[in-house]
Amino acid sequence: MNTTIQMTPAQPGKKPVAEVQKEDAMLLQKEMLNANYKDLASAHDQGRKVAATFVPGNLNELVMCFDFARSLPETNALQNGMRKKSGKLIMDAERDGHSEDVCTYVKSDLGMMLGGEIGPTGEKLPTPDLLLLSYTGCFTFMKWFELIRQKYNCETVMLHTPYQGDGKITQSMRDYIVKQLKETVIPTMERVSGVKFDIDRLRQYMRESAKAEDDLVKVLQSAKNRPSPIDGYFGAVYYIGPIFTAFRGLPEATQYYDVLRREIDERVRNKKGPITPDGEMLEEKYRLVVEGPPNWTSFRDFWKMFYDEGAVVVSSTYAKVGGVYDNGFRHDADHPLESLADYCLGCYTNLSFPQRIDMICKYMDEYEADGLLINSIKSCNSFSAGQLLMLREVEKRTGKPAAFIESDLVDPRYFSGANIKNRLESYFQMIKQKRAVAGVVTAH
Amino acid sequence: MRCFIGIDLGSTTTKAVAIDEHQNIIGRGITNSRSNYDTAAKIAKQEALVNARFYLFRQALSQSSALNGALEEFLAQLERDFRLEQFLVQFTDLEATCQRNAEGERFGDASKAVLSALSELFQRLRIEAPTLFAPGAKRRSDFFRDIAGSRYLALGEEVAKEGGIRYDMLLNVFDRSIIEVENRDYGSAISANLLAALDRTFIALPETASRADAIRAPIRSVLDTVLEETYVIGTGYGRARLPFSKEHIRSEILCHGLGAHMMHAGTATVLDIGGQDTKAIQVDQHGIVESFQMNDRCAAGCGRYLGYIADEMNMGLHELGPLAMKATKKVRINSTCTVFAGAELRDRLSLGEKREDIMAGLHRAIILRAMSILARSGGIRNEFTFTGGVAKNEAAVKALKDLVFENYGEMTLNINPDSIFTGALGGATFAYRAVVEEGKTAEARE
Repeated sequence: MNTTIQMTPAQPGKKPVAEVQKEDAMLLQKEMLNANYKDLASAHDQGRKVAATFVPGNLNELVMCFDFARSLPETNALQNGMRKKSGKLIMDAERDGHSEDVCTYVKSDLGMMLGGEIGPTGEKLPTPDLLLLSYTGCFTFMKWFELIRQKYNCETVMLHTPYQGDGKITQSMRDYIVKQLKETVIPTMERVSGVKFDIDRLRQYMRESAKAEDDLVKVLQSAKNRPSPIDGYFGAVYYIGPIFTAFRGLPEATQYYDVLRREIDERVRNKKGPITPDGEMLEEKYRLVVEGPPNWTSFRDFWKMFYDEGAVVVSSTYAKVGGVYDNGFRHDADHPLESLADYCLGCYTNLSFPQRIDMICKYMDEYEADGLLINSIKSCNSFSAGQLLMLREVEKRTGKPAAFIESDLVDPRYFSGANIKNRLESYFQMIKQKRAVAGVVTAH
Repeated sequence: MRCFIGIDLGSTTTKAVAIDEHQNIIGRGITNSRSNYDTAAKIAKQEALVNARFYLFRQALSQSSALNGALEEFLAQLERDFRLEQFLVQFTDLEATCQRNAEGERFGDASKAVLSALSELFQRLRIEAPTLFAPGAKRRSDFFRDIAGSRYLALGEEVAKEGGIRYDMLLNVFDRSIIEVENRDYGSAISANLLAALDRTFIALPETASRADAIRAPIRSVLDTVLEETYVIGTGYGRARLPFSKEHIRSEILCHGLGAHMMHAGTATVLDIGGQDTKAIQVDQHGIVESFQMNDRCAAGCGRYLGYIADEMNMGLHELGPLAMKATKKVRINSTCTVFAGAELRDRLSLGEKREDIMAGLHRAIILRAMSILARSGGIRNEFTFTGGVAKNEAAVKALKDLVFENYGEMTLNINPDSIFTGALGGATFAYRAVVEEGKTAEARE
């Protein structure tokens, strides 16, 4: 049996009266995520098993074939971050012996476990029956699940995705993953869930996934318009929610992306800018590409620093963290296991430096961006390494100015608002000044 | 006359620069930022305009040849006398404020004794005030809080003892009063103070008194010239507090880049070490910023580090550099954490290291941190300009020179004696460009 999420179509009259403005699709995705927490909280009572897995390399379609309720630890951590709960959780984990330099997603999650697994919505989350360690480039994932396994003594199955060190996917890499799926992952899931694997069911989910993926790509690429109707980073965080978590493959997700795409199409037709928490952005002054996740604990303050200055993020690598679709990849029902392999291999976290640089340069060009901004994450040892080199290379290739700021995922202590605002304002003024100079040069 | 003004509201000091229509720097002003940026901006600007008056005095007097050969001596004396007059105005206010704050029930039975101790203390301070501004007098700082405070503390202890009251009662009165006084604006007294200073100067330099009228005339004419604040650009941490619209605000990165370019046209890389941040900026041949890096998550190795060390050593900030220059041995200090620096310092002292050697090690530690930020910004290119308060510190400069040579080889290192005003100069230049090149007019705060 599958999880059915009751979705109330967003109606203008039903919107809560709040100062913060959101698109209908943003409200819808919040409802969906909350419903998933509710579903998770009651899973064991309903006799269902729970699988935990990570966002990059999330094999949602496959996991659903075994009726698992799905829990995503990074999403839990970021939701706790956005709800201002992570600071305490991190300190609890540190008290339990985890160092200051450990990934703060991990510490937030461990802190949540120590506090009795009370999830972001206040509901108690179940202990997982299966840890599906789909490894796609972040080495911390292994240690993270090792810690959870140690605590809960639950079944763990690992899917190892080879790194795209040479910048390409080979047939043997694909075969290697398919072999693991067939010989280890699927049998383990059958055993833990007691449900027999049905490849046709997988195919059906994948058909739904591909439809949602098509719409997501259209939405994200709408930022090529001027003005951009969306913010491809802060806004995209809401857009990627369903597809990167427990919903990809479900008709609900397909429906969500259909609603979203229509909403955005309408904005493009009306030449509208993105919706920000303070209303529609009226003047687009700067178009940026961003690398690195946002800071979650001060998410809205961080966003405000952009829209107050008329800066819109037209594209971000973070919006691809749960799957890179804009290069043409789609889940393929005709080759289900191979397509899962390609999905994992193509995750942003599994790309080499040259691939990441190419991707950013391509975005800079296709989205007509004024510059690149890197938000480097203090506690992320996997992805902060090399970011300055990427920055320099992108600067060199595109001739566009780049800037580098540092903050953290969910540790509120590492977000220095005044400093970041200062850097951003300097950066925007730098773009403006360079543009003015370029204008003078062109005029002459 | 039209003046274009840049104000740099830093975390420690607030600086202002005024330039004229030919982009000549006519005045510089500096004050401590307090925690009140409005007042700091106002006072720095006033100081710059006072300084501009002196610039104009020099021009007018050298044209009038009333002081042939004695112009510099005369102006130096006049400036000291003016500082004394300014000091006395604030000092009188401080005395009245202290008396007011000591009245009432606060000190119970000791009230009367506190009031009379205050009278005695201020009398002694007033007597010694002129010596503070005598030729060659050394002051820890030029800010009223520091000058008045250090003497108040020094004399207060013996006055308290003599008056049979607790020293902390006098300290308490001072702490309450100084904040009020330093946040008051004494701008309206400037002209009167200048004229009063002029009288003092004629007494101090009797040989000039015979030419008093010939000297007074050009000075009066300068005083009658209106220094119009045509356009003001604000930068630095407190910039959002400036009383004008966003159009008048620039990031300090841009201002430092442009200011460094105005000071040294060949500048390609700029290092600025301020109170709470270190900036590495790359500029093009027009002073336009190409890229920058700053310390983000931690202020280790910034100017405050030295401030903290100065406090730990019970020394003035300006005394650290000269002490470090006496070093004869390299003491390695690895931590650039401001808080750990105190522990490092005590540890080395306990090991018997000399203060000057430790100081040199601490200066090197700051510069090591700056080298890493420079590397992040793309390295050092020729010419290299060092700005900010720390550029005034000769030991920091020496450490920088050594490390630049070790890592990048021979480079032209520009350090302007007025480098602390770099951001403000950049701001003033932006103000000039806004009006003269872009035809803008001043806008009120939205």
